[in-house]
Amino acid sequence: MSARERILERLRAAPSLPMAAPDVTGWFAARRRNEDPPQRVARLRSGLESYHAEVHDTTEAGWPDLLLQIAATKQLHTLLIGTDTPHGAALEARRPDALQLVRYDRSIESWRNQLFDGIDAALTLARSAIAETGSLILWPDASEPRLMSLVPSLHFVLLDTATIHEDFHSAMVAENWNAGLPTNALLISGPSKTADIQQTLAYGAHGPRELIVLLRHGPGGMA
Amino acid sequence: MSQAVMLDPASAFRQRSRSAVDDTAQRQNFRSAMDYLQSKRRAQFPDAQELDGLRDLGEAIRRYSLAHLPRLLEQLEQNLTANGIQVHWAENAAEANAIALTIARRVEARRIVKGKSMVSEEIGFNHAMEAAGIEALESDMGEYIVQLAGETPSHIIMPAIHKTRQAIAKLFVEKIPGVEYTEDVDALIRIGRHVLRRKFAAADIGLSGVNFAVAETGTLCLVENEGNGRMCTTVPRVHIAVTGIEKVVEKLEHVPPLFSLLTRSATGQAVTTYLNLISHPRQPGEKDGPEEVHLILIDNGRSQAYADGQLRATLQCIRCGACMNHCPVYARIGGHAYGTTYPGPIGAIVSPHMLGLAATYPLAFASTLCHACVEVCPVRIPISDLLIRLRNEAQARPGTSDASLRGSGAARTALVSAIWSAWALIYSRLGLYRLTSWFMSRGRAFSPIEQGAWTKSRTPLTPAPRRLRDLLRDRQS
Repeated sequence: MSARERILERLRAAPSLPMAAPDVTGWFAARRRNEDPPQRVARLRSGLESYHAEVHDTTEAGWPDLLLQIAATKQLHTLLIGTDTPHGAALEARRPDALQLVRYDRSIESWRNQLFDGIDAALTLARSAIAETGSLILWPDASEPRLMSLVPSLHFVLLDTATIHEDFHSAMVAENWNAGLPTNALLISGPSKTADIQQTLAYGAHGPRELIVLLRHGPGGMA
Repeated sequence: MSQAVMLDPASAFRQRSRSAVDDTAQRQNFRSAMDYLQSKRRAQFPDAQELDGLRDLGEAIRRYSLAHLPRLLEQLEQNLTANGIQVHWAENAAEANAIALTIARRVEARRIVKGKSMVSEEIGFNHAMEAAGIEALESDMGEYIVQLAGETPSHIIMPAIHKTRQAIAKLFVEKIPGVEYTEDVDALIRIGRHVLRRKFAAADIGLSGVNFAVAETGTLCLVENEGNGRMCTTVPRVHIAVTGIEKVVEKLEHVPPLFSLLTRSATGQAVTTYLNLISHPRQPGEKDGPEEVHLILIDNGRSQAYADGQLRATLQCIRCGACMNHCPVYARIGGHAYGTTYPGPIGAIVSPHMLGLAATYPLAFASTLCHACVEVCPVRIPISDLLIRLRNEAQARPGTSDASLRGSGAARTALVSAIWSAWALIYSRLGLYRLTSWFMSRGRAFSPIEQGAWTKSRTPLTPAPRRLRDLLRDRQS
């Protein structure tokens, strides 16, 4: 008999202690605030800022220049972008002189050291966000791979404010996550950090030291 | 696995506790860390009603998951397999390490980089790999520090909680070539980051734990702040996750309440920097992520706890560490004195299933039963009741229905058994009881001055000059 069968057999032999299914939906429904979009934006922003993220308001037309301006202030030389993304194309169309745009267009094996050592920052799009906890939701894929939001020391995230959910539960229900998840789904709340040395908070543990969120407001959305 | 079985676990535990209590610097560290974690947690739960409701929900989810454990484990396996993640089952530590070694040998791995995993500590993973000539490097900052010092974690969430930054500064100078002495925490973290970045890039296998495994979607959830967990599960070409069989939940929607309870109870954070949900190895066209993902499901005594209707509650645990953060005993003796992978109240109730009661029963007695742990437990494990149950098991008469655990009856001694037998005899015979109490009150002058542990810090117990029945008789006459 295999370990699997022996373990399962022991568990099945144990007394059954029936338990009703927990009412998770009811719990979240009862606590929902039914906020309007500006309130959600405000709550997301205050959460993100409390975790040391930098948050900027911008628009569909204005974000590339804002990003380039921030990049110049922070003296960034290289920015990693995805492949065949509209936002990547929008940046490339600006043909910036001071900022080299690097496409993540090869598998990691062929350029691991360059990614770890030669890239200052990365830009990715967030799928959506969670107002309650100040969290960004990312579903990395073939065009915007997983390491973009992890290896470079600075991470720019572009977020459409119309995609902000109230809480984690309503995000997964509205986006039908239980129908199937991608290779890696992520919640990101601030730059990486640690308090492992004498409970002293330090940013930039292993992931980005800085997280810069560009809130892209739709037409008429920016207050 | 470093917790060797001692000949006399009770005196070994006493000895370790004594030296821990005598170490005033370490006590200060623990005290300030516990105060910090307690106040951070308190600030996260300003609304007592919300906290109560959320704990009820957390308990309901965990108990529901356990009620359906065998079915959920099969469903999890089925969905993970369909997603391309390979599932392995291990009865104990040796089997789990053997599975990992087989994978490591097949892919000719030389270096393993590890995210934080208490289960890997539980199975002695690092030693098993090193014995096979494979480097296993901790990458969580606290775990890295502890490994560099040749120590073990003293807390399940903050492994290096026992070390001052001065000690860490000295350790870095000693162990990392080219490092200059600095007590600046940011600088120390930058040093760790720099060293470990090279290691992520060079590792063949990444090892991680699992916080929740979701049966319906075949998903492994990892909760972390540092990003090393994401590094370990994304950069190397193989990812091995290890977890106890109790970590499964049925639905994805069971994760948000548990995630919220976990981060707020553990470190007083509304949310951690990352929640990492892994459901597949690298898919065609994807440019990073491991080509192979494995999950090793480990029993290691958990099914013994599961078999008992009361002790099963032990498995509700989501490993937040709030019980130790609020334990007056843990705050004074620290994590190492327990001598087990899991210290504090949770360690006292879970370790007997992993290591047997014979080696671990003193831990069940190292509690004042003050209920602080019960009051903060996010999933409402009745820790005090379980401690009392384990005390009884430790004293159980062999062959009785109480003696159902590995090592039960281990604390029984001939002297204690004789005393309790005499006590039972006296208390069940009225004449004998009256006679004994008469002699006790008349002979109180002969009470021993040395009364074992009691008189170490208290005045000796002496029977009253007059028995209760004598006093009552006086009153009635």
